[in-house]
Amino acid sequence: MTASAGPALEVRNVSLSFKGVKAISDLSFQVTRREICALIGPNGAGKSSLLNILNGVYTPDSGEIVFEGEHFRRMQPLEAARRGIGRGFQNNALFSGMSVLDNVIAGLSRHSRVTLVEEAFRLPRALGQERAFRDRALEVLKLFDLEKYAETLVGTLPYGVQKKVEIARAIVAKPRLLLLDEPLAGMNAAEKQEIAAVIARLNRELDLTVVLIEHDIGIVLKLAHHVVVLDYGRKLADGPPETIRDNPDVIAAYLGSENAEAAA
Amino acid sequence: MNMFLETLIGGLLAGTMYSLVAIGFVLIYKASGVFNYAQGSLLLFAALTFVTLTDQGVPALGAIAVTIGLLVLTAITIEKLLLRPLTNRSPMTLFMATLGLSYVVEGVAQGIMGSQVRALNLGIDDLPIFLGDIMISQFDLIAAGVALAIVVVLSLLFNRTRIGIQLRGVADDTRAALSLGIDINRIWQIVWAVAGLVGLVAGLLWGARQGVQFSLSLVVLKALPVLIIGGFTSIPGAIVGGLIVGAGESLAETYIGPYLGGGITPWFAYALALVFLFIRPAGLFGERQIERV
Repeated sequence: MTASAGPALEVRNVSLSFKGVKAISDLSFQVTRREICALIGPNGAGKSSLLNILNGVYTPDSGEIVFEGEHFRRMQPLEAARRGIGRGFQNNALFSGMSVLDNVIAGLSRHSRVTLVEEAFRLPRALGQERAFRDRALEVLKLFDLEKYAETLVGTLPYGVQKKVEIARAIVAKPRLLLLDEPLAGMNAAEKQEIAAVIARLNRELDLTVVLIEHDIGIVLKLAHHVVVLDYGRKLADGPPETIRDNPDVIAAYLGSENAEAAA
Repeated sequence: MNMFLETLIGGLLAGTMYSLVAIGFVLIYKASGVFNYAQGSLLLFAALTFVTLTDQGVPALGAIAVTIGLLVLTAITIEKLLLRPLTNRSPMTLFMATLGLSYVVEGVAQGIMGSQVRALNLGIDDLPIFLGDIMISQFDLIAAGVALAIVVVLSLLFNRTRIGIQLRGVADDTRAALSLGIDINRIWQIVWAVAGLVGLVAGLLWGARQGVQFSLSLVVLKALPVLIIGGFTSIPGAIVGGLIVGAGESLAETYIGPYLGGGITPWFAYALALVFLFIRPAGLFGERQIERV
């Protein structure tokens, strides 16, 4: 554990453009330790791009990321994973040809301490680690109420269950920061409630800092401790859910005029 | 009937030799989406190294150990100098890079170890054995056994170890694999090394058959129809494809050959592959590529 003082994550003056088109302009905000921070904003506001910068898929044109007190001009994906940044993807990115259990075991990759040679010849240390990984993965499946699917091919499961597997895979390695890209998209109301409850519980019980993108404002306002509103790559608002709900700029830009009338 | 069975069995056994070459392609294609044109050169390089060492009086096991070591080093070098700088480039760019690589490997191997034809003796007598009335080549039988053993080892590696889980993860979704802390560069090194080892086995068997020389690298051209028939992404597909090509060639030569004046073997596999391209472009076991946008 690094010092618990200071924010878990800080985005400082980050800009990103694709072939001259600005995706993010001079964006800065902080994420406090153990909070759920929601990024909201219309499509194309730069939310997914920002997550991609945070786990090293994209390199920002300028600015820096401060994660647990360390400064990064750019994050490498492998480095991000090793430092404990977990990630869930939009539309899921599970290994569809593998079982649920194998998917979750794959999530433990960054914790492997045995060499390739030990692994190839199945030496005691490799076997021990394999057992430990399996036990840990099963433990997490139980947490998500997924034990009964352990040996099922993940591609054959319903979308809502797959989403839970993806979150399980992302948190099995005990990340310090979890990035989720629209974890509730494509779900019915009951499934949304269930996944939101899972996220809230992970945040509470594992002290996990979460940054998530979500369009369902009703759920965001209940789930998040902190909301950052993006529009055309710029920060429109930043604060606790209550202030966001009442912010006229946000209502105009994002919630739409209909809601603006309702709020008035 | 006996003649038919003999032709069929002989063809199937010969087909496993094609499968061996094709497996090397499948491994690399699956893990990195690269069609590795240099697989044939690596096969030649492996066989040539082995022959050169045994000619110098190194015992066979020692020669195999040294060759394996060199192949692993080669795989690591290829990954560092070729694949890593070209990450995220188009498949065509990577294919062209492996085309260039094949010339470098062939040039270096023959420059150092010579380009004359070398005999490779694995100590397997090529005496026919009889199963009832059916004559079977002992060499082919052993080659098929080796191919089978390799498939079993590879499937254990892929399905029973964590490295296997990582390999399949990288093959399935590179982005997700990276986000979990799977070291893709390391996985590529392992895959190229394993493909090199499969190439070594194929190179030894083919080299014992037809002598070790430049033309050995051309067995890649035999692997192509096998891959088209079986699918580029499936090891079982490479096996089945090899068996189909082997049996098809052998049966066609015996039963259709006389009507066409013989000489069917060189082109039959390609004609068969063409038929498969029309009816099943992804191959028997291949995955249809669906691009998510």
